[in-house]
This record gives sequence, C-alpha cells and structure tokens, in this order.
Amino acid sequence: MKSIFFHLMPYRDLPADFEQRYESVWVTPPNAELCDPVKVAQYYQWNLDELELADQLGFDGLGVNEHHQNAYGFMASPNLMAAALSRRTSSKSAILVLGNTLALYSPALRVAEEFAMLDCMTNGRLAAGFPVGTSMDVNRCYGITPTETRPRFYEAHDLIMRAWTQPGPFTYNGRFNQLRYVNPWPQPLQKPHPPVWLAGGGSVETWEMAVNHNYTYSYLSFFGYHFAKRLMDGFWETSERLGGTFNPYQAGFAQQICVAETDAKAKEQYLEHVAYFFSKCLHIPDYYFETPGYRTRRSAEFAIKTGQPGEIAKIASLEKNWDTLVDTGMIIAGSPATVADRLTEACKQLRVGNLIALLQIGSMPHELTKQNITLFAEGVLPKIRDLWSEDGYVHRWWPQGAEQPASAPAPVAGN
Amino acid sequence: MTEPTESYVEVKDGAFKIRVLQAGTGTPLVFIHGAGGLFWDPLLAGLADRFAVTAPEHPGFGQSQGLEHVPDLWDLVLYYNELLDTLGIERATLVGHSFGGMVAAEIAANNPERVDRLVLIAPIGLWLDDHPVPDISGIPPADLPGLVFADPTGPVAASMPTPDPTDPEALLMAVNSLSSILQFIWPLPDKGLHKRLYRVKAPTLLVWGAQDRLVDPAYGPAFARAIAGARLEVIEGAGHVPQLEQPQATRAAIDNFLN
Repeated sequence: MKSIFFHLMPYRDLPADFEQRYESVWVTPPNAELCDPVKVAQYYQWNLDELELADQLGFDGLGVNEHHQNAYGFMASPNLMAAALSRRTSSKSAILVLGNTLALYSPALRVAEEFAMLDCMTNGRLAAGFPVGTSMDVNRCYGITPTETRPRFYEAHDLIMRAWTQPGPFTYNGRFNQLRYVNPWPQPLQKPHPPVWLAGGGSVETWEMAVNHNYTYSYLSFFGYHFAKRLMDGFWETSERLGGTFNPYQAGFAQQICVAETDAKAKEQYLEHVAYFFSKCLHIPDYYFETPGYRTRRSAEFAIKTGQPGEIAKIASLEKNWDTLVDTGMIIAGSPATVADRLTEACKQLRVGNLIALLQIGSMPHELTKQNITLFAEGVLPKIRDLWSEDGYVHRWWPQGAEQPASAPAPVAGN
Repeated sequence: MTEPTESYVEVKDGAFKIRVLQAGTGTPLVFIHGAGGLFWDPLLAGLADRFAVTAPEHPGFGQSQGLEHVPDLWDLVLYYNELLDTLGIERATLVGHSFGGMVAAEIAANNPERVDRLVLIAPIGLWLDDHPVPDISGIPPADLPGLVFADPTGPVAASMPTPDPTDPEALLMAVNSLSSILQFIWPLPDKGLHKRLYRVKAPTLLVWGAQDRLVDPAYGPAFARAIAGARLEVIEGAGHVPQLEQPQATRAAIDNFLN
C-alpha cells in the first residue's frame, strides 16, 4: 500500500459568514477582497513545510495538483510546488503531480516540457497526473469551450506521449495544437515515460482510458468511501470488460483523514476545520459545477441515468456533524488504531493500493496539521503499508526513481 | 393560429438530422431560434400567412443531431448553406432571434446573395465592454426570468417551459441543448462578427425590447452602425423576447419592414 500525503493548499482564513455572503468559493470569490497575499505567503511556507515533514516521516509520496481562482485549493501551478519540493525532499519519496490540467495548455507541449524537467530534477521521482480538470477551472476560469474539454484533453495527451517517446523533431498536426517542430529538450528521465496517473469523478471515458493505456485511476471525492464504492466498482468492471488484469496498485483513492491520540480528541481537535472545508471550500453552485457540454453526452447520460447528481446532492445536503461525517466515511478520524482499521476496510472494499491522504483540511492550522501528519506516519502508516504486499501484486505505476521497499522488485513504468 | 408541419431533414448524407417546422406559402422565410429553443409562436404563425416559413432546429438542440460535425462557427455557416440547398431554398428572408440572430447575421455576411431581407431580433454576436452579455449558464436559474423578460413575474415568463427536475431524460436534453449553443458563444459571444457585418447587403431590421437585460438595447445602435442602411425598432414593455411579450408591436414592426 502506498501512502501519499496530498495537499490541496486551501485558503485557511475565509470569513465566518463566507458562504452566506458570497456566491461561490470558486471562479468568482473576489480576490482583492478575500485573498490576502501576506497570508498566502505564510500559507505557502506552511504548505511546503508540511509536505517536507511528510517526506521526512516516511510517506511514500507527496501529492500536489492544479486549480484556479478559488479558495478551495489555489495551487495555480503545481509544477512550481513540485520544483520547490524536488530540491528539499529525500530521494525516497515520489512526487505526484496530480496533475496538469491538459486542456488548458496551448500548446500542450508545455506540459511535456515541464514534466520532463521535473522528472530530471527529481531524478525520476515524478508521477505525471493528467486530469481533465474541473468545469470551474477549464470552462469558467480558463475559458475553454465546454464541448472542447475532452477533445482538447485527448489531443494534449496524444501530443505529450509522442513528445516523450518519439525522437524529435517531428511534426504534429492536431486540431488544437499545430506544431511544425516537436522536439522538447529534455525528454523524461524515466523510460519509456513517467507513470501516468488519471483522476476522475466517475466519467466512463476516463475509466476506459486508464484501462486501455494502462494508467492508474484515482477517484477524487469528498463524499467518502461508501459513496466511492460504486464508482470504483465501475472502474474495475470496465477493466474486466476491456481485458485488464486486476492490480490494486492501478487504483487510488483520496480520503480526508484526522488522527488524534484518541477518538474523542479527534472530534475535539478537528471538527471545526472539517466543517470549514465542507461548508466553505465546497460552496460551489450547481451552475458552476458542471457547465453544459463539460461532460460528454455519453457520460452525462450515464451520470443522470445512474442518479449521480441526486446522490451527490443528497450527501452534500447532509448536515455535516461529526457523526454524519464519520458514519458516511467522508472523513476517517480517530486514534491511530481506529484510523488504520477503517482505512484498511476502505481500501479493501475499494480494492485500491494507493491512498491519497488528505491530512490538511480546510482551516486546519499548521501545528495541528503537523500533528496529523506525524500521528499518521507513526501510528497508521506502518499498519497499512503491507496491505497488499502478501498478494504478490507489483506496483508498475510507481516512479522508477523513488526508492522501493527492499522486498519489491524494480518497477517498469507504463507496462 | 396556423399550425406547422414537423419533419426531420437529413443533411450531408445523414450527418445531420434536423427537426424542421414549416407552414405557409409564398416566398421563403427562414427563422433561426435562440437558446430558448424552437417552438411555434404567434410571430411565426403570423409570418406563415404571407411566407413559406421554415424553422430548423439548431444541430444538437432538442432532438436535432449533428453537432459534432460543426466544431466551429465557420462550419455552422457552411452547414446552413447545405441545409438551404437540401431544402431547395435558394434565397430567403432570414429572421433570427438572439443566438439565431447572430447565426442569421453570419449567413447574411457570408452569403449576401442568398438573403433577401434580414430581421434580427435582439441578436448576440457583438461585445460592448460597458454592456457585458451575461453568462446564461453561470447564473442561478431563478435569476433568468429577470434577465429575459421585462415583466419577470408576468404570464409570459410563467408560461416558459422548464425541464421537469425529476425527469432524467428532460434534464439530459436541456443540458445537451444548451451545450450545443454554448459551443459557438463560449466564453463570450464575440466571434468576430463585427469584422464581417459590412458584407451584409440585405435590407436589415433590428428589433429590440427596451427592457432587454440580457442583451442590452445599446447593442441595437452598435449593429445598426455596422450594417449599412439598417433600421432599428425598439419595443417598449418588452425584454429579450419581444415577440412574446409584445407580440402585436413586434409583428407590426416586422410586417411594416417586410411589406
């Protein structure tokens, strides 16, 4: 089992009545009014300190991602953060950029270049995440036509993979990227290329792409592992249908986790910050959440016919008290023993071998975040590390340059 | 009210299957609808008294198919040429509302030889920084009537069809329909029409509701300046859909122009 400390980098000091006063946490929260660069300067130091602490305490990987114009997680450039981490972390931990929102880059060659730079800078510790991105980021903040979201994503993927694996210079004639000369310096250090990680919210096309290209698929949701079960089952069923072989390391799952000395202390210490996350950081109106055309007609049909919007709305509308959050699995919280037990149950149920652990949540302050990371590393990580190791699965999607436990054979990226 | 016939027309060897409403006899008149969709209203019924009215549904909207074959505006203009060829309409009077007004203006600029007269009802397609056209997919649905209608609580606003939130098929169709319009106006409905309007040769009437809060009446003079000889009629007591809120005044303005 791989444990990745993943940082969203939220704004930690939104006003108490934020969700009453403002329309949305994303796209339109007025920057000059709400986003204080002096505070942000402090956050960035804390965020990087927290990631570096996770590295020192033995997490397998560190995760960062890309979002725009919001207080939920405003890492506009995850590559800048990964570059900072590349020089300040040990040779053991993988750096997972989950990832670059491909449709936003024109030409998408920029992603091929920056990821190749990061792969060289980290000595092959990079996992390259290719998310489609949220509708807020892609359509609203960066102005991409909703119905072009997927076509741009696929074309960017195609261009990047060719730029990484095909000797340059060559010509690329795409609909959105027309390049007479594709010849990036450098190509990645990992061969044939860094492992590719996809992330999704339940789009059929993303499942198929992960299986067909042999990439990992991670489900990123804040609605808990009970809700995630059906979506991860959808991925595994797709894998079986398309002739894939089951391997838990091909899947990941993001989970919010709060560790304290005891179960009671977890509630006392974390409830306020988790409540901040659910009430403020997810304060997004429906009309921003999914612009018409963002999902393909096929995925929109699948989502509507399987009742996804209704189920999400039902969960989203629950009162976020501690018992509800814990019972639904939206958070896994408690003593190290409790957390380890529930994580084991969740990961077995979902059949995933990569835990994307969200340990800084909402307004959680720096000191408490350090406690959460430390208690997880000392009390939880050792108990879940061997979750899948007895079954003989090989992690073929872990960066080649990140140090492997002595028992595991050296992986080969891609296949 | 003259009732139309409904048929499905295949264009480009079946790449497009388009729902078309038709009624009346006389010289051809083609109506292109806006983001509210294609429905037979008193304006079309009145026009069918004097013209052979043809009202095609936008590709990808409602039951009409073929959006994937028109990735951008240039393809859409060529598609309309193909559709007119298929329907055997060599020349026509074009009437377009809102997004349909933008499309009609594009066709009239690209193919002046095919357009007898042009009627644009509250068209989009230009951009004035002082009067930004709101993002119709980025506002609470409850706010829409206030932008569209002079009287957001009046009977016309109340009669507008909205998809049943408990009907998955209806919701899916509403999402797909809106996406087929957004494809040509995202993120702003300014795709360079201002550079092409000089090519419009047809006599042109612009009709605007004085209380249009979606496409501000300031766009009327902007269109009128760009199209030589264009006439602008402003209808009091109407918002973005003057043909519904003030049907008689709107019809009178259009009849007067087309006579």
